[in-house]
Amino acid sequence: MSEAPTAQTASSHAAEARIADAAHTGPMLAADGTPLKKSLNRALRVQKMRALALVAPLLIFVLVTFIAPIADMLFRSVENDIVSETLPRTTTMLAEWDAKSTDIPPEPVFEALYKDMFFAAEAKLHTRLGSRLNYELTGTSSLFRKSGRKVEDMGEVYQDQFEVQNDFWKTGENWNSFMASDAWLAAMADWKPADGRQPAFELRDGIASTLPATSAAYVQYADFIQNVDEKNLYKTDPWAVIYSSLHEDLTGENDLAAYSGPASAELSAAATAAATFETVNFTEAFAGIDKDWTTLEVWQTIKVYSPKFTSGYFLNAVDMQKSVDGAEMRPENQQIYGILFWRTMVMSMAITLSCILLGYPVAWILANLPTRQANLLMILVLLPFWTSLLVRTSAWKVMLQQQGVINDTLVWLGIVGTDDRLALINNQTGTIIAMTHILLPFMILPMYSVMQTIQPTYLRAAKSLGATNWTAFWRVYFPQSIPGIGAGSILVFILAIGYYITPAIVGGTSGTFISNRIAYHISQSLNWGLGAALGAILLAAVLLLYYAYDKIVGIDNVKLG
Amino acid sequence: MADTMNNDAFVEFERVQKSYDGENLVVKDLNLSLPKGEFLTMLGPSGSGKTTCLMMLAGFETATYGDIRLDGVSINNIPPHKRGIGMVFQNYALFPHMTVAENLSFPLEVRKMGKSKREEKIIRALDMVQMGDFAGRRPAQLSGGQQQRIALARALVFEPELVLMDEPLGALDKQLRETLQFEITKLAHDLGITTVYVTHDQTEALTMSDRVAVFDDGRIQQLAPPDKLYEEPENSFVAQFIGENNTLEGVVKEIKGDVALVQLDSGEVIQAKPINVTQAGERTRVSIRPERVEYNEERMQDGAFTLKAEVLEFIYMGDIFRTRLRVAGRDDFVIKTRNAPDQARLIPGSQIKIGWLPEDCRALDA
Amino acid sequence: MNLTKVLMTSTALTLAAGMSHGQEMADEMTIVSWGGAYSNSQIKAYSEPYAANTGVKIINDESSAEAVAKLRAMNEAGNVTWDVVDVTAADSFRLCDEGLAMEIDFDEQLAPGDDGSTPSDDFGDTLINDCFIPQIVFSTTFGYRTDLVGDTPPTEICDIFDTDAYPGKRSLEKRPIGNMEWALLCDGVAKDEIYDVLETAEGQEQALAKLDTIKDDVVWWSAGADTPQLLADGEVIMGSTYNGRLFSVIAEQDQPVEMLWDGQMFDLDGWIIPAGLSDERKARALDYVKFATDTKRLADQSKYIAYGPARASSAPLVDKHAELGIDMAPHMPTDPANSKNVFVFNYEFWADYRDDVDAKFQAWLVK
Repeated sequence: MSEAPTAQTASSHAAEARIADAAHTGPMLAADGTPLKKSLNRALRVQKMRALALVAPLLIFVLVTFIAPIADMLFRSVENDIVSETLPRTTTMLAEWDAKSTDIPPEPVFEALYKDMFFAAEAKLHTRLGSRLNYELTGTSSLFRKSGRKVEDMGEVYQDQFEVQNDFWKTGENWNSFMASDAWLAAMADWKPADGRQPAFELRDGIASTLPATSAAYVQYADFIQNVDEKNLYKTDPWAVIYSSLHEDLTGENDLAAYSGPASAELSAAATAAATFETVNFTEAFAGIDKDWTTLEVWQTIKVYSPKFTSGYFLNAVDMQKSVDGAEMRPENQQIYGILFWRTMVMSMAITLSCILLGYPVAWILANLPTRQANLLMILVLLPFWTSLLVRTSAWKVMLQQQGVINDTLVWLGIVGTDDRLALINNQTGTIIAMTHILLPFMILPMYSVMQTIQPTYLRAAKSLGATNWTAFWRVYFPQSIPGIGAGSILVFILAIGYYITPAIVGGTSGTFISNRIAYHISQSLNWGLGAALGAILLAAVLLLYYAYDKIVGIDNVKLG
Repeated sequence: MADTMNNDAFVEFERVQKSYDGENLVVKDLNLSLPKGEFLTMLGPSGSGKTTCLMMLAGFETATYGDIRLDGVSINNIPPHKRGIGMVFQNYALFPHMTVAENLSFPLEVRKMGKSKREEKIIRALDMVQMGDFAGRRPAQLSGGQQQRIALARALVFEPELVLMDEPLGALDKQLRETLQFEITKLAHDLGITTVYVTHDQTEALTMSDRVAVFDDGRIQQLAPPDKLYEEPENSFVAQFIGENNTLEGVVKEIKGDVALVQLDSGEVIQAKPINVTQAGERTRVSIRPERVEYNEERMQDGAFTLKAEVLEFIYMGDIFRTRLRVAGRDDFVIKTRNAPDQARLIPGSQIKIGWLPEDCRALDA
Repeated sequence: MNLTKVLMTSTALTLAAGMSHGQEMADEMTIVSWGGAYSNSQIKAYSEPYAANTGVKIINDESSAEAVAKLRAMNEAGNVTWDVVDVTAADSFRLCDEGLAMEIDFDEQLAPGDDGSTPSDDFGDTLINDCFIPQIVFSTTFGYRTDLVGDTPPTEICDIFDTDAYPGKRSLEKRPIGNMEWALLCDGVAKDEIYDVLETAEGQEQALAKLDTIKDDVVWWSAGADTPQLLADGEVIMGSTYNGRLFSVIAEQDQPVEMLWDGQMFDLDGWIIPAGLSDERKARALDYVKFATDTKRLADQSKYIAYGPARASSAPLVDKHAELGIDMAPHMPTDPANSKNVFVFNYEFWADYRDDVDAKFQAWLVK
């Protein structure tokens, strides 16, 4: 094929030939000349898209109601940005402090804490952080609450001195005149409350290099006034924290001489005066609020929990704690989760087992009865589903308590003495009895539907081959019903480890589950991070068991019918 | 009908009755005995009681009245697993969770047989059904025919003297069924096993059995070897049920020894062999097998009785021709003729004469 | 119709439904409380008169037990559907600290007392933080079965720990608050030193050790209805619960039960207004709260339930029970005869120590 036109004709002929001749080695072409694979893909893609559109509602539903909450939970169990967001300056400064040293952090850290705390208190975020850190160190909650209240007064010494030095420092208008850009000042002059949002504050060029601390504080302040308080920034007088920042800038090593913008005269006069101002020792000021600020523990806790993500919740969830030396076991009198995890697993297994023992004969009868009677019996089996959980559980109380129906009957029959009535409730027995009752249908239904598929001829065949009733059942019927047991067990077990209302009501102290603690942390202590970590561990345990089940029994061996 | 007490009888039913609801009898007064080594088939439409009889023999149903004896011993109160009867089911009933070898091993294990002996027997049984290579497979991996062979091997592996088969070939296609019919018969005879076989397929019954018991309405209608059953049906149910049959209805005019004169409803008078008609005036059904009817007068034997007929339909079936005629006012009279060079193909609409020998024509109950 | 169109239509419909709901909201408000007799007393004393006066439709929700968690969840989702929430004082601390409850200017936003006192004077010590609007004073105290405690009924709190004199089961709340204080008190710690002792790990150990002496005889309760039921069934001979519950067991159900007015835990319950409400809803919530916590209304509530009004000016107005006609004043936890020896719930302490002590308490329970 040396000549182009010939080549073209030849290839188009070849293409036609290929359509007809499958034995040809080149790519197969469809009738319109596109490669067959491509047109097949196109045809399939339409099908796939249609299928996707059909499952999309479910997919979105599962994503929103199932995957997203789980992802959120997993995220919460490590999320910890509240510390560094509420105390940004302090945590940055603390990076240089050796948590293992025996000295508390130096004065600049306290000064940073003052600024952070000031802004946090204005935004009412300090108590939230206090509650967060109180999970790690008892007392932090009130320490932060107290400090937030008093931090406002701490820097007023500077404000007063600046205002004495020059009336210029008193008003927000004067501050804005040199802190804000000309464009913003112009925009602000035209702004009326009716216009809605204020023009966003802009820092004057160059002021940030002259007065770095003041600028940073002022920007944060302006943002809060404009967007949270929604007050007119132009007319608002600055907070004390701005003055202490200005003092810091003016007494620091800043080249004020290079600044020639508005208020440069006032600034240089203030700089001269500031050198002789009475100063505040923030370390002492904080110690004055609460002596706890001078203890190492508080600072170690803040430092340990400075990072945006923490393993702290997970360590707590396995009875450990995070300290400056790394992870360590909690003291024995605070270890609880290990016991509860273990108990949850063991008791869930006991519940599963008793469900199997009680449910198997019922499922067997159901599967072997004529349909009409089977349906009637099925209603009895499903009855627990139709009764409210609280009614059912209350009924168990009436039945099981020491002056309850069962004990009364036993005493009446003379089986137990009236002084040693059986403890059937408020302990593990109570939890197992009540939970078995509640979860029994979940065991019976899959067993029933699997047993329905086992033909009676198998048993006849086994007996004709010489097997006794028991052998026929055990070697022929039972193995075939295992998929039902497996499905029921997985259902019951997974439901059991997540139950918390019933154990809480009838479990007393020895029959409660890990889920009760999760519920406590979610609804009472608000320690959602710890609750999430416990939940994540529980989820992992379930997946692990599921995996083990798959390895040992095989997940193909699970049938719902 | 049923044999009376027989000293060499291996299986005996004596006056057996069965009712499920206390109102209707499913099996009515069953008497049956079969000697060792016999292949007996219970044939009948569904609901005729044949399966119930089998289940009573196996021990899965108890007789409401009467006695069932195995080798002279009453087994009414012996549980199924102690009866030592092998059984093959229609749906194979192979244990799905066991391999082929484990399935075969099961009856040997419950008999506490040693491992090496078990293996030896399993191999022998599998070879017997030509399934030696499949010991490690699961039932689900086998075809229907293969599964039934395994089921057969399993029923035989513990060497029972009596094997019951409940429509074992019902779920298989025709060709496979025929192959297995042959194999089962051969095995049963080679091993000298007594076999009770239940089916509703008459061809199967005729080809496989030593004797066939035709069931209807809870009773044995006829118990006879296949040829006798086909050629000498004792009542019109059997005549209708086994093979194809032409029926002409009429009234007995006269019985003279081996010959009965029957006046058909259309008026013609024909000769027939009286089977269960005893006197003149009785209504009767006269039955003639389609292949015993001749239309070619040249080939008619002496003494053949002839009737006029009109050809309605001619069906070419390969090895035979099937022709539908109008005879004595009925449109459903069929004759079958061999596809031979001298055989004419009858043309619909033509008028012919048909004839048969009086002894092929049986006057039965109405 | 293609999928996008369907989706857009349904979204629009949902939005429209949401908006119309929003408009309806103008005339309704959701009030959250504890349910049962307590909610009834509030409905009778506050909500019904308020609805009659203003025409506002009040929706009652009984979610107070999970109020803290639900409010936080609503806040995170940016959709607070509650207008006024009844919470315990301890929960109000958490809500206030978390920024989930609105701060109240008591003197500005609440009604002055009938006697002319300012709200802050009238409420006095019951104003415990910036968000909590006090409503009632209640006590967690002990009731006992008169027929099961022998000839000398218990007279003081420490009889709880005396299993020799009073053999049998007793019910205690399944949380450290209250139990720890009683344990220390009955282990010889002076009443005014209890919280100092309880701050230390040793003190906590000491309290748990004291509780350990009766651990086998305790049925732990978590719902307020448990102890009254346990007493009525004879499952326990004595047990702690809220005084209003005991009142109804004794006065309304005529059970052989008596109340022990000693060492009871004095506690408060009141309103908070969730943070982040629109101005309109905030104004209405404040209006409701102002009405519901005035002198008259607080006194009215005591006609229906045996809890004391949080205002000093309401005390003289406490009247007879609405149905039984019993004089309610002697059944109030604030009655001088009943409050000779009380613990005032130390909110600050428990806000700090709740997590830590609860962990230890629960660890002790499961062992």
